[in-house]
Amino acid sequence: MASLKDVKSKIGGVKKTAQITSAMNMVAASKLRGAQSKMEKFRPYAAKFNQAMGNLSSGMDSAQFPLMAVRPVQNIELVIVTSDRGLCGSFNANVISSAEKLIKRYTAEGKKVSLVCVGKKAIGKMKKTGLVRKQYADLMGSFQMFNARAIAQDVAENFLMGNTDQVQLVYAEFKSVAVQRPTTVALLPIQPAASDAEVAATSTGDYLYEPSPDQIMEVLQPLYLNVMVYSSMLEVAAGENAARMSSMDNATKACKDIIHSLTLVYNKARQSSITAELMDIVGGAEALKG
Amino acid sequence: MADRIQLEVVTPTGPVVSQEVDIVTAPGVDGEFGVLANHAPFLSTIKIGVMTYKQGNTAEVLMVSGGFCEVSNNKITFLVESAERGREIDVDRALRAKERAEKRLAAAQRKEEAISQTRAEAALQRSLARLKVSQLGK
Repeated sequence: MASLKDVKSKIGGVKKTAQITSAMNMVAASKLRGAQSKMEKFRPYAAKFNQAMGNLSSGMDSAQFPLMAVRPVQNIELVIVTSDRGLCGSFNANVISSAEKLIKRYTAEGKKVSLVCVGKKAIGKMKKTGLVRKQYADLMGSFQMFNARAIAQDVAENFLMGNTDQVQLVYAEFKSVAVQRPTTVALLPIQPAASDAEVAATSTGDYLYEPSPDQIMEVLQPLYLNVMVYSSMLEVAAGENAARMSSMDNATKACKDIIHSLTLVYNKARQSSITAELMDIVGGAEALKG
Repeated sequence: MADRIQLEVVTPTGPVVSQEVDIVTAPGVDGEFGVLANHAPFLSTIKIGVMTYKQGNTAEVLMVSGGFCEVSNNKITFLVESAERGREIDVDRALRAKERAEKRLAAAQRKEEAISQTRAEAALQRSLARLKVSQLGK
């Protein structure tokens, strides 16, 4: 049995860990609020943007826009968005493993894969594959749209140069505070969501355009990429903090369990040492009497 | 309310304006345009500049930067990267930004760097639009 002192110092250590994890939980909770409100503010913009994009493209021939060009797929690029920090459960691992599965599948199909990694966790994991073309770290948390623009521009240029035929975005979708699911969406070539029946009924042909629809499209397409990348970054930022919150909550609970069981051990050890001392005293007294 | 139009200004950081107005004027890429109630469906790209809207006797001025606007069903929606009211604008900062952009522009023209020139031009336009809005908005 461990000595009294050992157990006591162990309890102290676990208590400190619990303090740290519960502090991290609270920090993540407040960061989550920030990220979530950013996300909620961005949603109307993204929704309206996609709607307008759908309206505009429904009446158009996609072949004339280089960013919409569908080519036979030889080279695929994956943009993997993860967080910069760990200690958030399996959040990043899920995204990375789904990206790894995609890489495996495409390589098996004989296609070349290149990677753009956003967030330190993806960078660290993917370094050894030797497929990383570009990497971006320390972008999360600042929520600046120009960060997303830099990524979108780079990816688009690479696509236009013909180095990639298809670009996919791999990130964790923020379903709720409890659920973040890794998802993959196609980024390039651009295929805007088909406008739904209600929109199609009211719009398209009878719009006035200024300047011409083609020119508007040319302005909108890069913006569309920005919006896609930015929203994935927002979702990852929110998801990261949600995941950290729940994993830190679990860690705090586990710490409490350990403290409880260690306290039992400590009390037992203390009791048995008292009993042993008593036995000694009683034994000594008996001996004196005798 | 028949002769009013619903104005929505939405930016990535949230909606800025949502109200019924009499008239909206905005800087289109091909020049400034005005929109009244019951305008035909319309879609235009917006450049950096000054947009105004009026409701009754009150006029508001906004600085908007790149994006586009859509008119349909008596509703005008601006999707722009940023929109700022006159009183939200830091004049000193805009002045500094203007000077900086002018310096950069001059430097870029000497070296003929196309990318930094377009960026400096955009920065200059933004700062000019901010200054204009801050003056008008007083």
